Amino acid sequence: MSGWRVETQGWAVDRSRPVRFTFDGKSVSGFAGDSLASALLAAGVTTVGRSFKYHRPRGFWSAGAEEPNGMADILGTPHRVNVQMTVEPAQDGMVLRSINGRPSAEKDRNAFIDRFARFIPAAFYYKTFMFPDWHMFEPRIRAMAGLGALDPAAEGHLPTAQANAFCDLLVIGAGPAGLTAALKAAEAGRKVILCDDQPVAGGSLLYREALIDGVAGPDWAAAAVARLRELGAQVMLQTTAFGRYEHGLTGLAESLGQGDAPRLWRVRAAETLLASGAIERGLPFANNDRPGVMSAMAALQYLRRYGVAVGRRIIVATNNGIAYEAAQALALAGAHVTVIDPRADAPACDLPRRRDRIEAVIGRNGVEAVLLASGEKIAADAVIASGGFTPTVHLYSQAQGKLRFDEAIQGFVPERKVTGLSVIGAANGAFGLAEVLADAAAAVGAVSPKAEGPHWPFKIDAAWPAPKAKGRIWLDLQNDVTAKDVELAARENFVSVEHLKRYTTLGMANDQGKTSNLPGLALMAQLTGRSIQETGTTTYRPPFVPIPLASFAGIRGGQLMNPVRRLPLEAEHRSDGALFREYGGWLRPAWFGKGEEAEAVNREAKAARESVGLFDGSPLGKIEVIGPDAGKFLDFIYYNTMSTLKPGRCRYGFMLTEQGAVYDDGVLVRLDENRFIVSCSSSHTQGVALLLEEWRQDSFDRARVQIHDATSRYATLTVTGPKSKALLEAVGLGADLSDEALPHMALTYGAFGGEPVRITRVSFTGDRSYELSIRADRALPLWRALKETGRAFDAVLLGGEALMVLRAEKGYIVIGKDTDGRTRPMDLGVSGPFEKKRGEYLGKRSLHLPAVSDQARAYVGLESLTGEVLPCGAHAVERNGSAKRSIGFVTTSHFSPNLSRPIALGLVENGASRIGEILELHHLGKSLKARIAPVCAFDPEGKRLHA
Amino acid sequence: MQLFTCPFCGPRGESEFHFGGDAGNIRPEGDVSAEVWTDYLYFKNNSRGAARQIWMHLACREVFLMERDTVTHEVISSEALVQEQQA
Amino acid sequence: MTRHYSAISLLKEGLNGQQGWRPAWRSPEPKKRYDVVIIGGGGQGLATAYYLAKTHGLRNVAVIERGWLGGGNTGRNTTAIRSNYYYPESTALYDLSLKLYEGLAKELNYNIMLSQRGMMQVISSPGEMEMAARQVNAMQVNGIEVELFDRGEVQRRVPIFNFAPDARYPVYGAIFQPRAGVARHDAVAWGYARAADRLGVDIIQQCDVQEFLIEGGRCVGVQTSKGEIRADRVGMAVAGSSGALAAKAGFRLPITSYTLQACVSEPVKPIFDTVLLSPMTGTYVSQSDKGEMVIGGGLDRVPSYGQRGNLPQLETVLSGLLEMFPIFRQLRLLRQWGGTVDVTPDSSPIFSESPVPGLFVNGGWGTGGFKAIPAGGTLFAHMLATGSHHEISRPFDLARFRSGHMIDEAAGAGIAH
Repeated sequence: MSGWRVETQGWAVDRSRPVRFTFDGKSVSGFAGDSLASALLAAGVTTVGRSFKYHRPRGFWSAGAEEPNGMADILGTPHRVNVQMTVEPAQDGMVLRSINGRPSAEKDRNAFIDRFARFIPAAFYYKTFMFPDWHMFEPRIRAMAGLGALDPAAEGHLPTAQANAFCDLLVIGAGPAGLTAALKAAEAGRKVILCDDQPVAGGSLLYREALIDGVAGPDWAAAAVARLRELGAQVMLQTTAFGRYEHGLTGLAESLGQGDAPRLWRVRAAETLLASGAIERGLPFANNDRPGVMSAMAALQYLRRYGVAVGRRIIVATNNGIAYEAAQALALAGAHVTVIDPRADAPACDLPRRRDRIEAVIGRNGVEAVLLASGEKIAADAVIASGGFTPTVHLYSQAQGKLRFDEAIQGFVPERKVTGLSVIGAANGAFGLAEVLADAAAAVGAVSPKAEGPHWPFKIDAAWPAPKAKGRIWLDLQNDVTAKDVELAARENFVSVEHLKRYTTLGMANDQGKTSNLPGLALMAQLTGRSIQETGTTTYRPPFVPIPLASFAGIRGGQLMNPVRRLPLEAEHRSDGALFREYGGWLRPAWFGKGEEAEAVNREAKAARESVGLFDGSPLGKIEVIGPDAGKFLDFIYYNTMSTLKPGRCRYGFMLTEQGAVYDDGVLVRLDENRFIVSCSSSHTQGVALLLEEWRQDSFDRARVQIHDATSRYATLTVTGPKSKALLEAVGLGADLSDEALPHMALTYGAFGGEPVRITRVSFTGDRSYELSIRADRALPLWRALKETGRAFDAVLLGGEALMVLRAEKGYIVIGKDTDGRTRPMDLGVSGPFEKKRGEYLGKRSLHLPAVSDQARAYVGLESLTGEVLPCGAHAVERNGSAKRSIGFVTTSHFSPNLSRPIALGLVENGASRIGEILELHHLGKSLKARIAPVCAFDPEGKRLHA
Repeated sequence: MQLFTCPFCGPRGESEFHFGGDAGNIRPEGDVSAEVWTDYLYFKNNSRGAARQIWMHLACREVFLMERDTVTHEVISSEALVQEQQA
Repeated sequence: MTRHYSAISLLKEGLNGQQGWRPAWRSPEPKKRYDVVIIGGGGQGLATAYYLAKTHGLRNVAVIERGWLGGGNTGRNTTAIRSNYYYPESTALYDLSLKLYEGLAKELNYNIMLSQRGMMQVISSPGEMEMAARQVNAMQVNGIEVELFDRGEVQRRVPIFNFAPDARYPVYGAIFQPRAGVARHDAVAWGYARAADRLGVDIIQQCDVQEFLIEGGRCVGVQTSKGEIRADRVGMAVAGSSGALAAKAGFRLPITSYTLQACVSEPVKPIFDTVLLSPMTGTYVSQSDKGEMVIGGGLDRVPSYGQRGNLPQLETVLSGLLEMFPIFRQLRLLRQWGGTVDVTPDSSPIFSESPVPGLFVNGGWGTGGFKAIPAGGTLFAHMLATGSHHEISRPFDLARFRSGHMIDEAAGAGIAH
């Protein structure tokens, strides 16, 4: 093919602004307004890529989003792969690399593969490569597959914020149908969004000859857009509607230019009109994949829009009337055009014409001539082939719409409206302009504009690939599927369309079969003696065209992905040198100071037992349960009986799942008769709040018990250690902290700086401890006072890691670490309620299922025999001959600075009765030993709670 | 994004809701058989088509009954549980 | 006619214009009666039929498929195969499966393209590393070869992962099972179908089960859109449709059907050669032999039989993917779809005689049925042939939901739910 510029045509290109880019290292020049494809065509580049499997040379088939051949990687920033050159604007300085052609598309060293094509038909790989083993072949096959190549050194699409929009009417496609419907609806006062994937509105009006209300197509379209904007409609160009989702939601991708990911729009419309037009398909003849074979509407578009004629001796082969417009236009532009049309009732036309069809294209790397069925050979440098138009119904089908095969247009059309979505215009099978406008106007209850032209009646005769045809007739140009492959599939009984697709890969490439699916299934229909309707289509899946992954991610990434919850005092901790880690979704100090972890943690844990430790426990759950039935409610929620708790007192307890596993533990505080605070694990706050709310509404009088999650309202500051009471008294909270007034597990109130402080005496360290809860935004002065006054008491800031050591020394559990989903309260040594509690509680009945005793384990201490810290996660094993069985595992393991030896905790079968026994442990392939010990390693008498 | 209708807040995106199981799956109380208990605990209607389900709207925390079609995803009706209790 | 698949037969048929290939399977009309009828022509059903014929000599067997064979979850899943499980019951099941997969291409004479490129589960905190050690040790005690990688090893093997200091989820290490991998999903279904057909199994597609024939309280066959079909034993292996089918037989199952989505990117040249999962982002990915990134994540949280994708979960999964692999910002989404998965309370499958004698259930696979197809078929065939459990399938009986003997892998990972 020898494309050339036609001076008198090409309204979209600005000849005063040249652009220059390279393709496979070769410099190409075009004009601003060109697509990459139009510039390459004008420059006479014919072979623009190599096919996926056989490495056949390929040229542009289309001028739009259905393009199967013309893809390239665009190198640079962002690095983009498999870009369709037919829809990508040409820009100065672009560096393009063709797909599957090395060193270039023109001269591909793998072109020889095509000579072996007969041995590697569809699905050949299922039949071989089994000996000695697939792994021997896989790397080579993988290297041959794939299209473009990613560049690890380059950037991809930058994050783009997503957007939501709501409207009365969303119109997809700004061709004659979409513009008419949008305009009429906006004039009627409806809130309209109109989108189109092109940079200019108009659709087929941009290249077909027509008048609407007496105005030339492109002018009418421009005026319509201006009027729409005046009326407040949102007109979104270069915006592809890619998917139809639930309940009226449509996904759009708005192109924002080179670096940024297209913006994902979620548009919720009361009504959606799909005016997405139709896609031209080719004709079945041998070598119909040669560079230089192009669709009629593409040739017309290249000519009128970009001023590029695709050849000088052009064959226009068609089975319908629409291609005549392209033939006439190309002839007028100066090309020599011959029409090949087998139809008896072809329209009158003054171009040379044969009533015939093409048998084959002749030419190795492009079109040299065509061979007609009659045997006549006609020299040519380009073939325009129009096999009809397939309505673009993807989004309708995604919305569960059913299709009907329409013999009159030889295509599938929507059978009926689906909820909230109608299809209009060519997408609805209306191919004449007047018909299109009438369809569009009717959809919005308006009067149709007046149409004149285009003048060629559509009238189509079916021209599907036929069984047993000579030569290789290509259906899926991108995945290299021929008619013979479909016949092979039929022969092997892969006759359902889904089997056909998967077996031959027909329609599974980047173009998702936009030009190939229908010819393929029409052939299968013939081969199986079914109608096309009976054969049916495969399921249409989003997206309509490939959409950058980055569009779906939006700005969700880095710190904006699953954002951590932050402490009110974070800045203060940072200035105190805290190292932060994420614990249960909260970003918390792990330790303070610049030292190594082990050194810092030991120092903190030791100091806390010697003097006083300050710990920011703000994430601790604080869920208020309020009302006259609160006690009764909590009896149901907790494994332990809670209604007997006296006001002003605290009680530790478990919450179980309905399956009987320990779900959470914590201290319940009774503020007064009708008011409790559930202190749940910080990572469980939301789960517990939901659980409480669900059961409150399910089983209780909702007027008599209320749930309020106040976790984030309060900061909770923990003061622990032998000097904790003295420190608090020195800070001065205005509360009586004497053991008589405030014994262990009791509550009182004080104030600091005029702000009330709730003081609970509970301990997670085994030392005398106080938890001070104060309004989160007033916590800083109190924290500073604790630190400053604390200097005199050798106070130390405690990070989360040291706290974990302190609680481990005492054997206090951490849910999810020292327990798993099979841990029942009895395993943790709390059997009282199981044996005695009368009333209903969550999980009660499950505790009496047979599995509970079968799976019983005990929470125990574990001692290292060597002085080395036991590996956390090691399993205790029992041997039976050579077979090993896990009988438990190490859940917690630390070096205890206060005991100057390793300590560990674990769950072990029959552990409680095996204290003192030696266990075999397995850790990462190695065997070691440990002794079962009591859970509490430090201050087993609990004297320090009161010291 | 499906739209579910909270009886209190109106139509909202599906991500605001939490599935609470089959409507009418009443928690058996007392010393019931393992079969009755585990029926309640584990066995589901899992209807294809119209299904009556309990949902919680996480934003307002109300638990309600929604009838929806599990194939077409049509929301057939939403009703507050409070009214059910009064009836 | 060419029956056997090999490089030589391919060469021969290449010279013969591919004219001599036999149909991969027949399209028979159903007989009035079979020894065993299996409802569901997915991987599980087809494998069951194959092993019934091959191992148990039962050749008067039919597989009834409502749509086209392999068209359910077998043809929609992301094809990961692994046996890195915590509980011994799970290990026995899934490792049997992996072992059978390793010999399957040769056994079926069908290249299922098992690619044992290993599976890596990335760990992102010190606490999770301890939990990972607990899991790795359990797997090793169960006899599974699995390693705990440190950060350096992960970086060496997957250099394109996000190791930036400001990554949302830092890499501390990974759990790695070298024998894990992927296979070509369609080929597994087709390979079993072809092999079963060769042994005389009737695969009846486009045949809808309308009701069960129950006589004297026993299931004696099915009424279908192609007429009544009687059988000594009826097995159902219908994944997401289990609940709906059980309802026709008058019982309920501990199963909820949800949509599980998956998607693929456009194909690119090889850049990533393992299967990688991050529990923190909930996203997993592998690169197919064709070059596409095959991407999956968690369930859509809405019970559904819809079999279609949705935006919210897709956005979550893809944002997770890009956080893990910044280079994939160069990629585009090609296709998104959904399957209906049958989720049990413990996320483990069910092999069981149903409450209706004569009717047996293989289901509850949730998101993980593909990797278990060879074992599922073996064990279910045993059950349908003998009426009783294989030792490996016994713990997966429905009885566990009555006794509380759940096999909940999440529980092993410390989660109570």
